[in-house]
Amino acid sequence: MAPDAAAALGRIRAGAPQHARPYERYLLTPTAWAALAEALAVDRGLALLSLWAEPAMVHAAFLAEEEGEILLASCPAQGGHYPALSPARPGAVRFERMIRDLWGLVAEGAEDSRPWLDHGHWGVTGPLSNNPAPNALPPPQPEFLAVEGEGVHQIAVGPVHAAVIEPGHFRFHVQGETVARLEVRLGYAHKGTIGLMLGKSPRAAARYMARLSGDSTVAHSWAFAMAAEAALGVVPPPRALALRALMAELERIHNHLNDWGFACNDSAFAFPHARCGALREAVLRASAAAFGHRLMMDRVVPGGVAQDLAPGGAEAILAALEVAAAEIPVLLQIYENHASLADRVVGTGSLAAALVARFAAGGFIGRATGRGFDARRLPGYAPYADLEVAVPVLPQGDVDARIRIRIAELQESIRLVRGLLKTLPDGELAVPLPQRAGEGVGMVEGFRGECLHWLALDDGGLIRGAFPRDPSWLQWPLLEAAIENNIVADFPLCNKSFNCSYSGVDL
Amino acid sequence: MLWPRLAKNLFGRPLTDPAPPVPDQVVQALVERLEAAAQQRLGHSLSIREVDTGSCNGCELEINALSNVVHDLERFGLRFVASPRHADVLLVTGPLGRNMRAALERVWECTPDPKWVVAVGDCAVDGGVFKGSYAVEGGIAEALPVDLVIPGCPPTPTQLLEGLLALLEAQALPRATPFWRRDED
Repeated sequence: MAPDAAAALGRIRAGAPQHARPYERYLLTPTAWAALAEALAVDRGLALLSLWAEPAMVHAAFLAEEEGEILLASCPAQGGHYPALSPARPGAVRFERMIRDLWGLVAEGAEDSRPWLDHGHWGVTGPLSNNPAPNALPPPQPEFLAVEGEGVHQIAVGPVHAAVIEPGHFRFHVQGETVARLEVRLGYAHKGTIGLMLGKSPRAAARYMARLSGDSTVAHSWAFAMAAEAALGVVPPPRALALRALMAELERIHNHLNDWGFACNDSAFAFPHARCGALREAVLRASAAAFGHRLMMDRVVPGGVAQDLAPGGAEAILAALEVAAAEIPVLLQIYENHASLADRVVGTGSLAAALVARFAAGGFIGRATGRGFDARRLPGYAPYADLEVAVPVLPQGDVDARIRIRIAELQESIRLVRGLLKTLPDGELAVPLPQRAGEGVGMVEGFRGECLHWLALDDGGLIRGAFPRDPSWLQWPLLEAAIENNIVADFPLCNKSFNCSYSGVDL
Repeated sequence: MLWPRLAKNLFGRPLTDPAPPVPDQVVQALVERLEAAAQQRLGHSLSIREVDTGSCNGCELEINALSNVVHDLERFGLRFVASPRHADVLLVTGPLGRNMRAALERVWECTPDPKWVVAVGDCAVDGGVFKGSYAVEGGIAEALPVDLVIPGCPPTPTQLLEGLLALLEAQALPRATPFWRRDED
């Protein structure tokens, strides 16, 4: 494997450097890109993290897993075409469908060329291309992959769901009670976010990134700010970095509490749900007391943070966390000691480690299936280098493992918040951003996994291109694998154990 | 152990917050929109169907928080239902995304009369920050008659509760004061 990996890496590094920071982007010729696609087919060491476009150009972000190196590659789309990566990297499938819908660029040899975000309602095709074409055709009926077999029937769910969640369509092919295939159709929450960001300053566009996925508002705002700061070569003050980490860990805590409770509730076990809800509410109120907003939206901005920790905020956070820290072990014991609950979560929605590795899925989904990637450790970013983040990893890959990873992370995040509050540096909250050209990448570990943002600024410092990659891009496809051969009734539980973002990937 | 905790909680103080005050002018404005027939038919309870037409999920987080033990929405006779066919109120979040318009209209068709539409969050008011996108038509009022607007990004559970209680009071006005306002008398 090693020589092949070197070959794939070498093919990228042979391209022309484009001066992206901190990770270099190499411009390949279409021929070299096609050769890279072939090299990737035999090389498992280079994970595809993201794939996106600008008019007439396709970009990809890779992670060399052993070396821990991130690098970007680009391919000019001559005549609107580029060689597909999906035959070698299944994670590329939805990106390629998205690129075709938004930029009108076609992946030659793609595994799947059905529309993804474009449901035929926008009135245009290729809205982000240089020449969007008017589209007056009636919206086409979606096509789903077929399933053959005796007694197979379909269950169509959504886009409006029974619970209070985001819109999306689930198409189940079912044989008896058993799910033979699930296909997820997304794009219902598409808001044209990238189009709105173009031509704006990073400071103005930060509002969109705070609203890419509300539950990850801090993580996405931070990753976007990190990309803008890298592009412009500025470093935020130490106090801003510490406050960002503080908010990011609070965000992890409130989301992990929420989903732990909901997963128990979806197993018809209400007590942990009630208690997690109360603990989470206390964390949100403490966040509001400390930062003036329960979800801490718009608090992280390019250059630093928009708001200092309010007087009494630290005490409010510590008080809320003390209650949570005391109760989590008790709730864990209750979670572990009830056979009715264990019966629902253990062995349900299992994922194979090889599949998780093929998709390079991050976050608790990866870490519950043996893939220990955590952006706070690798590539690592300030201020986490000094905090020695413990990253729990389990091999099982079932609902139970995903819940247990989150419980372990909860406790680690509480430790991190306490440490951050103890060592909070004094000083400025933000640095001004120069107005100039640049290209940057930012990666921040949100509660779901790594948020990867790419940003290119023109000579006036306005956004020429952007792509925010939510971790759910590489996790949604695995939900389809996890539910296979499980019963329909376990789908809500499996889905909650993933809790992928709809808005985050619908853009 | 679970059972001792449950037993202890039986004798403990509830964790639930008191109800927020409801502005009278909001109630009056709602009353004017409400037909007398609706007051009789709905009674003092509302079933709510939430519809997300493209939100960032921030509003969903806060709407879900209404059901936690601290806010305990159901003590007011308000509850979330799984189908628009069981709903009196459509609680709509997000800008009106073009990819969701057809689904929202079908939800409206499925909801029996009398029914109300509550637009939740700045996006639902006029498209919010997403106004002007090729994929967004604007606010919910572009598709449905909106009875009540609860702005905020996202509105807090307390603000949501204020709005929903105003709806309840608007239909309960000819009757006695509801229990959560009795202390004020």
